[in-house]
Amino acid sequence: MNAIIALSLFGISSLFLGFLNNRKILLPATLIFILIALGLNFADWNHEYFWFNGMLKTDNLSINFSTVILVAALLVVAISRHFGDDEEHSHPAEYYAIMLFSVVGAIMMVTYENLIMLFVGLEILSVSMYVLTGSDKRNLRSNEAALKYFLMGSFATGILLFGVALVYGATGSFQIHGIGAAVNEAKAQMGGQYGPILMAGTILIMVGLLFKISAAPFHFWTPDVYDGAPTIFTAFMSTVVKTAGVAATYRLLSTSFPGMYGLWGNPLVYITGLTLIIGNITAVYQQSFKRMLAYSSISHAGYLLITVLAKRPETNSSILFYSLAYSIATISAFAVLIVVSEAKAKAGKADESFDALNGLAKNNPFLAFVLTVSMLSLAGIPLTAGFFGKFFIFTDAFANPSILFKGLLVIAILMSAIGIYYYFKPIIAAYMRNGDTEKIEISPIYKYTLILTTALTIILGIAPDLVKKLF
Amino acid sequence: MLTISLILLPIIAGLITLTTKGENTKKVAAAFAFAELALGLFIYGSFVPDATTQFATSFDWIHSAGIKFSVGIDGISLILVCLTTLMVPFIILSTYGNDYKNAPTFYALILFMQAALIGVFTARDIFLFYFFFEAALIPVYFIAAIWGGENRIKVTFKFFVYTIFGSLFMLLALVYLYLQTPGIAHKSDFASIYEAAKMLDITQQSYIFGAFFIAFAIKMPLFPFHTWQPDTYVEAPTAGTMLLSGIMLKMGTYGLIRFVLPIVPAAVDKYGMIAVILSVIGIVYGSIIAIQQKDMKRLIAYSSFAHVGLMSAGIFSGNIDGIQGALIQMLAHGINVVGLFFIVEIIQQRTNSRELARLGGITQTTPNLTVYFIILMLGSVALPLTNGFVGEFLLLKGVYAYNAWVGAIAGLTIILGAVYMLRMVQKSMFGITSKITEGFTDLTFSEKAVLFPLSFMVIALGLAPNMFLKLTEPAVIQLLSIIK
Repeated sequence: MNAIIALSLFGISSLFLGFLNNRKILLPATLIFILIALGLNFADWNHEYFWFNGMLKTDNLSINFSTVILVAALLVVAISRHFGDDEEHSHPAEYYAIMLFSVVGAIMMVTYENLIMLFVGLEILSVSMYVLTGSDKRNLRSNEAALKYFLMGSFATGILLFGVALVYGATGSFQIHGIGAAVNEAKAQMGGQYGPILMAGTILIMVGLLFKISAAPFHFWTPDVYDGAPTIFTAFMSTVVKTAGVAATYRLLSTSFPGMYGLWGNPLVYITGLTLIIGNITAVYQQSFKRMLAYSSISHAGYLLITVLAKRPETNSSILFYSLAYSIATISAFAVLIVVSEAKAKAGKADESFDALNGLAKNNPFLAFVLTVSMLSLAGIPLTAGFFGKFFIFTDAFANPSILFKGLLVIAILMSAIGIYYYFKPIIAAYMRNGDTEKIEISPIYKYTLILTTALTIILGIAPDLVKKLF
Repeated sequence: MLTISLILLPIIAGLITLTTKGENTKKVAAAFAFAELALGLFIYGSFVPDATTQFATSFDWIHSAGIKFSVGIDGISLILVCLTTLMVPFIILSTYGNDYKNAPTFYALILFMQAALIGVFTARDIFLFYFFFEAALIPVYFIAAIWGGENRIKVTFKFFVYTIFGSLFMLLALVYLYLQTPGIAHKSDFASIYEAAKMLDITQQSYIFGAFFIAFAIKMPLFPFHTWQPDTYVEAPTAGTMLLSGIMLKMGTYGLIRFVLPIVPAAVDKYGMIAVILSVIGIVYGSIIAIQQKDMKRLIAYSSFAHVGLMSAGIFSGNIDGIQGALIQMLAHGINVVGLFFIVEIIQQRTNSRELARLGGITQTTPNLTVYFIILMLGSVALPLTNGFVGEFLLLKGVYAYNAWVGAIAGLTIILGAVYMLRMVQKSMFGITSKITEGFTDLTFSEKAVLFPLSFMVIALGLAPNMFLKLTEPAVIQLLSIIK
């Protein structure tokens, strides 16, 4: 909880740091801020507390999710080294402050007890993201992305809010545990017949949340927004925002609406299947590396939804492990993309397609290796964390006896095989195709961050228990 | 502990190789591979011929899920551990004539591959097995895709996606079996899985059989899942081809023996005939295509496809002769095919061609090469007193006992095998010297250092097959007792 307060204060202080002439201090300061928040985060470990008159509730699950979010934020900030070098972003302090604020929103989304707090957290996160998406002020695509994201995002938030109001009307409570009790009572009394208001409310809330995690068919904004936003914020969106959205969905469904599984269970299975199919198949046809990663993030939302649905005691740790594995690998991939596309832009040939990676293994073997490990992890191949992420999810899914789930599992397996196809495109480009021979240099902080993410991916792929035990 | 060091040594060796430069790389890689061979021979020497799992080590891997890092060697594993430790040093030696770009990475990948292969053959936990099964694919993919021929990108990619696609179905089957083990905390060691498998009814067994069959049939490969194989073998650098055909395809046959027979015996009983027929189709089809090949490497690739068909038919026949034959044939085929691919490599290096039509008359200047080539060829044709004979004889006996008609058709392998092998030797080695084979020099020392031991093993194994058959027999008998 202290993390929320501390991060809010840190956000304001980093705005003031912007007044200093020395801009170099911003990046290390922000890193230290997040590290402090990460430490404070654990203060509530093993204590379940209600905060602010029951608006928020910390428990170990929420702390774990906050940890994943903070680690992802830390890594994204660490690779933002080059950001602010150009005219365009001459006041980087604002962006660092906004990132810190959005992390506050993300943590609220995984800690909420009252649906109002879910809304507030979601808005803090979303509004920050609208601004960051449009931060390439002179870039038409960035502007388009921001506007698109803003219009569709606020529409989705409106739907969510409407759902919250309806649920409140039906159950008389904003507290997720209170709603859960009311739902169970309704189930006991009416034998599974819920009032139309409660059903409509549940579905509207879910639509709002599914929009945020870009599950199909609510995913149409994702590719354009991810593609248009500055890459560093795309990395932020596809890790921090995604984790927070999935955690919020999971918290709500597992606390308030487990009694209504009959209502939302099967539709969500179809949505998950659709998300997997659309995410993976569309990714195959992409020529742009960045856009491929956008579709890959849609498909990973699908895998995460599988375990949200699976209703198994192990689900907690499966979601956490998967989110962590996915976030680390995604940040590695985006970091490589940032470095490579910057080098291309400097040479006057701005390029974010797979061709930009051609010959990377010759120009910078280290980056090629980092890229390979992250792609293997996203594809779920052994020796990387992604394999165990998928493995835990498949095990959870298989334990669910429903026949519909078996179908979902087969789709997930087929889509994993398709995933290998497009995740190997960058590897093939880096190792087997010849490109321009230009030296790509990376700064030390980049190098250490990438060593960290790559090592973590491999270590978690060999000894997953190191982290899984903690969850 | 011994088994763990068998897995760790190549990994450490690979990491050390990465730090070397120039000529040292080859030497370091070879030295470590021979150290591994010494370790393998030590294990072979101290192996007690009974049905137990020896040199076993086990510790928690994923505690909450009951998954253990559990390795050990029984008779069935032993033969494949021997194959792997024996072949890799010679595969490394066989590359001495080439200068690869980024040599340290190349040799490190071979050594990593060896570690993964040993892991596959010694794992005693289904998920550990799967882990290594997939991990083995990564090094060989990069070996083939980076150092391969012209079409390598497309061909190796097909190979990778195809095999992973199959393995994913196996993963499904493994997870399903794992969830069948009793208790809330499931277990995934082989013994618990075998125990849990006894409760499966025929419908469940059929699904699991299907999933396993797809995975292993693609890996070996069996007809009609073989389309990735000839192209990949041709495009990969010779060391990669040797790894693929000499060792890696045995992962499929090993999986059949280790999983399919003991876990789903009723389904094997029901659908085994289909598998055997597919295998036999593979034998005949592969042989007929091999007879028409013009490219030596492609010819051996198809011969490998035909041979593996016989092994799989023997395994699916489910009797002791079939399985014992398959085991000894895995070893024999590994030796022969590595030797033959090396000879093709030698010819290609000297003449820049693998085309039978352009070769000929090599024997006139190369007595040594001729002798080794003929020994290896005869081993592959399964002439008595060579290693191939023992395996094929037992295999055919097993298949014949299963079904006489199928056995008779499978027997064609000996005739057809002789046709394509003799044709290859005759067209490449005998006849009139062609333009490019003029001045063909005989073997160098390092080439002899590979071919002599391999040819020696061809004959030794043919004369004294019992040095391996005795060791595998108790394990195979125990396996058959699970089935009945």
